[in-house]
Amino acid sequence: MRIKAQVAMVMHLDKCIGCHTCSVTCKNTWTNRPGTEYMWFNNVETRPGPGYPKQWEDTNRFKGGWELKNGKLKLKAGGPITKLANIFYNPDMASMDDYYEPWTYDYDNLIHSPKSENIPVARPKSMITGKYIDKPEWGSNWDDDLAGGSEIVPLDPNVQELQEHISMEYEKTFMMYLPRICEHCLNPSCVASCPSGALYKRDEDGIVLVDQDACRGWRFCTSGCPYHKVYYNWNTHKAEKCNFCYPRTEAGLPTICSETCVGRIRYIGVVLYDADKVKDAASVEDPQDLYEAQLGCFLDPFDPEIQKKAREAGINDAWIESAQESPVYKMAIKWKIALPLHPEYRTMPMVWYVPPLSPIMNHITNEEELSTDGYIPAVDQMRIPMEYLASLLSAGDTEVIRNVLLKLTAMRVYMRGKTVGGIDEFRQSELVREANTSPQEIEDMARLLGVAKYNERFVIPTGRREMDDDLDYQQGACSLENIAPREGAAATFAYERGMR
Amino acid sequence: MVRKKNKLLESLKHLKEGKRINDGWTEESPRTRDSEDIYRRRWQHDNVVRSTHGVNCTGSCSWNIYVKDGIITSEIQATDYPTTGDDFPEYEPRGCPRGASFSWYTYSPIRVKYPYIRGDLYELWKAEREEGYDPVAAWENIASDPIKRDKFVKARGKGGFVRADWREVCEIIASASIYTIKEYGPDRIVGFSPIPAMSMVSYAAGTRFLSLVGGTILSFYDWYADLPPASPQVWGEQTDVPESADWYNTKYFIIWGTNLPQTRTPDAHFMVEARYNGTKVVGVSPDYAEYEKFADIWLPARAGTDGALAMAMTHVILKEFYVKQETPYFIDYVKRFTDLPFLVTLDESETDCRSDRFLRTSDIDDKHELGEWKTVVWDASTNQLEVPNGTQGFRWDGDSKWNLDLEKEDGTEINPALSFINQSDETAMVTFPNFADTNGGTVERGVPVKYIHDKQGNVLKVTTVYDLMMAHTGVGRDLPGDYPLDYDDPKPFTPAWQEGITGVNKNHVIKIAKEFADNAARTNGKSMIAMGGGTNHWYHSDQIYRAILNLVLLTGSQGVNGGGWAHYVGQEKVRPLEGWQQVAFAGDWIKPPRHQNGTSFFYFATDQFRYEAYINEEQSSWGGKYNTMHPADLNALSVRLGWLPSFPQFSQNSIDMVKESRQRGADSEQEIIDDVVEQIKDEKVDWAIENPDDPRNFPRVFFNWRSNLLGDSGKGHEYFAKHLIGGEDQILTDTENSWQPETVNAEGEAPTGKVDLLVSIDFRMTSSGLFSDIVLPAATWYEKFDISSTDMHPFVHPFNAAISPPWQSKSDWNTFREIAKVFSELAEEHLPDSEELMMTPLGHDSIGEIAQPLGKVKDWRKGEVEAIPGKTMPNFQIVNRDYANVYKKMTTVGPEIKKGYGAKGVKIKGEKVYEELGSRLGISKREGVGKGNPDLYSDKQAIEAILLMSGATNGKRAVEGWKSLEEKTGQDLSDIAQGREEESFTLDDLTAQPQHAISTPVWSGLEKDNRRYSPFTVNTEYKLPWHTLTGRQSFYLDHEMMLDFGEGLPLYLPPLSHGPFLQDEKGVERNGESITVRYLTPHQKWGIHTMFTDTTAMSNLFRGWQTVWMNEKDGASIGLKDNDWIEVYNRNGVISARVVLTYRIPKGLAYMYHAQDRTLGVPGTAINKKRGGTHNSVTRITLKPTHMIGGYSQLSYGFNYYGPTGHQRDTIAVIRKLKEVDWLEN
Repeated sequence: MRIKAQVAMVMHLDKCIGCHTCSVTCKNTWTNRPGTEYMWFNNVETRPGPGYPKQWEDTNRFKGGWELKNGKLKLKAGGPITKLANIFYNPDMASMDDYYEPWTYDYDNLIHSPKSENIPVARPKSMITGKYIDKPEWGSNWDDDLAGGSEIVPLDPNVQELQEHISMEYEKTFMMYLPRICEHCLNPSCVASCPSGALYKRDEDGIVLVDQDACRGWRFCTSGCPYHKVYYNWNTHKAEKCNFCYPRTEAGLPTICSETCVGRIRYIGVVLYDADKVKDAASVEDPQDLYEAQLGCFLDPFDPEIQKKAREAGINDAWIESAQESPVYKMAIKWKIALPLHPEYRTMPMVWYVPPLSPIMNHITNEEELSTDGYIPAVDQMRIPMEYLASLLSAGDTEVIRNVLLKLTAMRVYMRGKTVGGIDEFRQSELVREANTSPQEIEDMARLLGVAKYNERFVIPTGRREMDDDLDYQQGACSLENIAPREGAAATFAYERGMR
Repeated sequence: MVRKKNKLLESLKHLKEGKRINDGWTEESPRTRDSEDIYRRRWQHDNVVRSTHGVNCTGSCSWNIYVKDGIITSEIQATDYPTTGDDFPEYEPRGCPRGASFSWYTYSPIRVKYPYIRGDLYELWKAEREEGYDPVAAWENIASDPIKRDKFVKARGKGGFVRADWREVCEIIASASIYTIKEYGPDRIVGFSPIPAMSMVSYAAGTRFLSLVGGTILSFYDWYADLPPASPQVWGEQTDVPESADWYNTKYFIIWGTNLPQTRTPDAHFMVEARYNGTKVVGVSPDYAEYEKFADIWLPARAGTDGALAMAMTHVILKEFYVKQETPYFIDYVKRFTDLPFLVTLDESETDCRSDRFLRTSDIDDKHELGEWKTVVWDASTNQLEVPNGTQGFRWDGDSKWNLDLEKEDGTEINPALSFINQSDETAMVTFPNFADTNGGTVERGVPVKYIHDKQGNVLKVTTVYDLMMAHTGVGRDLPGDYPLDYDDPKPFTPAWQEGITGVNKNHVIKIAKEFADNAARTNGKSMIAMGGGTNHWYHSDQIYRAILNLVLLTGSQGVNGGGWAHYVGQEKVRPLEGWQQVAFAGDWIKPPRHQNGTSFFYFATDQFRYEAYINEEQSSWGGKYNTMHPADLNALSVRLGWLPSFPQFSQNSIDMVKESRQRGADSEQEIIDDVVEQIKDEKVDWAIENPDDPRNFPRVFFNWRSNLLGDSGKGHEYFAKHLIGGEDQILTDTENSWQPETVNAEGEAPTGKVDLLVSIDFRMTSSGLFSDIVLPAATWYEKFDISSTDMHPFVHPFNAAISPPWQSKSDWNTFREIAKVFSELAEEHLPDSEELMMTPLGHDSIGEIAQPLGKVKDWRKGEVEAIPGKTMPNFQIVNRDYANVYKKMTTVGPEIKKGYGAKGVKIKGEKVYEELGSRLGISKREGVGKGNPDLYSDKQAIEAILLMSGATNGKRAVEGWKSLEEKTGQDLSDIAQGREEESFTLDDLTAQPQHAISTPVWSGLEKDNRRYSPFTVNTEYKLPWHTLTGRQSFYLDHEMMLDFGEGLPLYLPPLSHGPFLQDEKGVERNGESITVRYLTPHQKWGIHTMFTDTTAMSNLFRGWQTVWMNEKDGASIGLKDNDWIEVYNRNGVISARVVLTYRIPKGLAYMYHAQDRTLGVPGTAINKKRGGTHNSVTRITLKPTHMIGGYSQLSYGFNYYGPTGHQRDTIAVIRKLKEVDWLEN
């Protein structure tokens, strides 16, 4: 056993209002400069739809993630030899058309247009070429709220698999939002794809980063990540990706996308896992077993034995206690309502998703069929096909999805009973049995999902900088290293005593 | 962490093996992580400043602005709002992607950094000044010379701006204003700025200036059609709604035409989270809107048919919960808090019998003071008539019984009878309107009546509002007449009847109606309906809303936390109202301001009244005197009867009128007024509203600030462009084939370019700026000080400057202060002290609301009644304009405050306040008028003045306000603001943390002990009357004009359906296939109106501008593919845009999401090769006559309170492919 801690996230898709605030605040902070115009470390997709970049889930085309070959875990894009062969031309790479050509407008013309025959206008122009374009043709969220309809929705690789379950017509419309950041996987294929070894997963919190000094711009990470969450900066010629806002999380603050999430869908917390189990878990035969296998890597932070071993591994009590209070631990591991996105990629993603409820289909008019308790609808009548959710979140296993939806529904029915009346009948109901839950669990869920106080959504211990041994120097010199040479400092400092 | 690293060694380090773990699968790398510092440095910042966005949005979110190296880098939401309590979701984080994109503007190329002036105008000005003319003469030379004037007026909108000097543009603006006052009168100076709550001081800057000079201040809430006229009709309140956190308290939530996730983004989570607390959510919308994602069931009612759905639900609730089984909670509620038990007389004519007006005690005897304003119930216990407290007459009779106690003089209880069904003297067959069909129709239904003897000894047939409602709604009760048999009988207003209209399955309607009411019965009213633009922006908005409000009133859900209506479009509460009004409208110096209802103003100023098409056709079957009249004629009638304001007032200059009156020998104010009334009666002066195209009545100087009138709210955009502005237009019709008024002069060619000088103040270049003559650079919201509040949350919070205004930008406060300064300097020579005649309408919450008894229309012009100011016609008064001291008055607090002030009939004593103002703001040391007064020079001082003078932000004022209401109502209200008397917020307090407003009597919610604001809880819990005729919530509106239109009771009226062209119009040359659709402009996702749409983040997050959504099958039928260019047109104008095809929207509809502005990416149209228009280029306003009623209780004028709305959803347009893209480059 090798205990490590990971700062992970849950996104409660039922709560997502599709507003994209997360995308904008993230972009303002991290990708608002030349070379990064098209990059959205955080983006939000309307589903069904092809996503960003277009059809990123088509792993047959982009060859991201892992596959099991003869029982062995391999990069889908091939090993070092294939890489070397393709190092100057990577056929799996998404092109600018798959992302989009960012555009701006000739704003200046509005103020400084000379007197003209016609009303002046700011024409669109490409941010890449600087040339006028007649109209944008694609964007990072081109299909928002099903824009493009049946011209665009079928490009969704999940839809292509599930044609009999999805009809693109007015009466049967459904949609949901899928916000995405880097998954900060336990078994990151981007890291394994990098010929320069520039990507790494941080030991203390599991955040996956690109070393900007080491990156050589080979771009195998961009296609090697099946989620397409590593981007190529055309200005610096290096890869960049979501950094889980480590400058903030190290200070105990939530990521920008979480802090600013207006739907309050995001939860951040610590989970403890056994790093020695990752390979085996990622290598189980049946993709539908990957979810349970991943759960099997996590460790119970309440177990004294685990706590002891964690301390031995350098994980301090603050982190252990955070793991106990962790909303991610509760939702993903304890209540099992949060699921990994595309577990079949075998990267063991660490951003988890609670699948959304949806309205009942309108063709159901029989009152009996409408609801579980006379008010709250039954899960089997909901608009979003379970098959679709399963295609995203459980490698196609609809049972997993159904169990979550049942729990969420049981919670609503119970809380209705509690606040309106009828709670006693509920305790005996078929629903509570089928949902495999208890009043206590339901009340805990309602608190975390519904009341959702800031300090309960985000349980983030500060970075463990005490592992560095020159903090006394750093305290005064931080950011002034260049004018605060260590040479003059007293020899009491650790670095000079050669204690490293 | 070794200090000096060898780069080469470092880069080779990865070749060195690290420790392998995880079965050899993972390597623990020893390499350095120094590059992590790169992102750490990006995150580091120098300052975090609390501010917000002063956009026309109800969000009012507090934001943290990050400053690094002296540059604004970005913003994220504040999360430190005061708590909502231990077991309740918090208000954090409030914000949206639009607000998050704001920092882009600061340094963007669309920023207006300097004052700009139209080059042609500047040349003219320069020439006059070089000739030696002083500024006012220079302006006169330009404005009065048609050739010179044309030179710059015709250039409007076509580029050619030049940079100008601040002092010089202020001189031009001041000169134009002074010339206008001298030549035409001060009411030809007009200002438009919306929604003060979003930045109260910036709003007040301009209106304070206008109030001091006597300029006209246009309303916006009604103009935006966000005002729900049903609110004043039903409650006598402009709008009062629950804060968003109260959604969490509801147990049944119908979201009906307001897109909470998309347009109430910061608060949508309360609705989402309520579901986890067991709340059921139902969504009603024609498209699969974003909020349907959260619904348990979607009711896809066709656009504009919501009234039919609501009426069917009313039918079900009345039948199930009142007739089949009486629900005690409901019965008790409607008896106490609604007009259902009040008696209504029947009017029997030769042909039929119709419901008439409320019975008054003055009908029976003369024992009651103001008996014409005291309505009557039947006491079920004693079987006699009773006059319950709290009706309109009790408000003004000087007694203290304006309350809802159901008690007689002797203390015994009144038990109002709801129905005469068990004790009727007769069943009368009453005729009710049925306007659901295109041609309209009527139904006759039996109603139980009782005979009453009036004071003349006549027998009156009376019934209750309740009995009328039952009959009208079609709930049978075994009475004779044309009642439906059951829910499946397709007669009005059954579930089966609505199915044919709305398309919603009748079983769903029955189920949802039953659940909604059952939920309310179980929870004592925790059933709520959120409504908004989708249901409100219609010609018949008031009837749609009244039908929906039936549901919350009949279920006892109004005035209950977690229940009632929740209207969310454009409603923004200025919480510190009383103080703000004084600052904004200069009440500290001079009263009253010229408040003009925006819709009427623009209807005439843009000549849209000359393009009218026949309306109310389905109502014509009902007969009636007024419903065949042209809206312009009705508006003129309304003005001369004192119902609506009208500025300009008369074709004659209001200053000259007083002068001339004096010359004729009038001396005192009363003599002058009497003289003026004689002049009016003798038709020696002309009503400006009857001569809107007389050059004397043109709006001459127009200020547009905090607003994009021409790219955004200007409904009938092309008529604005042509007639008001004189720029390029795309109108595809003429006045020839249109319906013309009779009393309003519409002879000759309609004038173009009425405005002499159009001034916009903004920090970005919009369509409004493009059309303006002068554009002044405004400070952004991260560069100034102001305050913000809203209905959506209970807090007041600030704007603070993260950086000082860059380039030559100024805050609005400083801009108008500069203009006022130059104005005053020039006025010393050019404008002596002037007296002028002010005309104001009969106001709501003033004695004017009981001016015209019994709701009968009496026109003095026809001799039906004597012309008496303040009674049968508008109020007149003489005010003195001290033009040379406008600046000094603007920058100090005037002594009028000492006399006391207030709002909505609530009074606050002034002496103490004035003293406190002096000590908080400091004393002005500037010489002249205002020296020694509290100083109001800076925006920060204006903020402190507002906070100090208002109950919501100063506990002493709140307590005093409640006391003043105790006197009138006889109720003990002392505990409402108890415990908060000592609170007194300052700007610094707000900056430290948003502050929770204190409950004040200018609003109706109770907020003690962490309670969520829910409107009218003070009425239901402290028995305070609503400001209505009966003092109760109104189902029945008995004004003659209401009844004339058949709208006494809530009912369904179909949306207007004029074709894209009128019958005799030639239309447009055919060019390929086209489709005719209903054209809607719901609020968009990527901007708040036009704001934010121009940021690169917002334009790149969707498809750029402009776009129009439509059903993909409709698109395919005219050969369109997604993202193709299209043009959208009808008689009003032409738009060019790209199409977004989807199956989410039903066939027959197009959504051009509101306000993308035409400034970005809009090519020329094929129809006439001009730049495509805005979303409002195909709209045109039509005024609804019943919204012009005044002088009658809750149906009386108030600024942004009552008046016709500028709705735009009843539009039909044609869409076709735009085959060639022409950018119209020179």
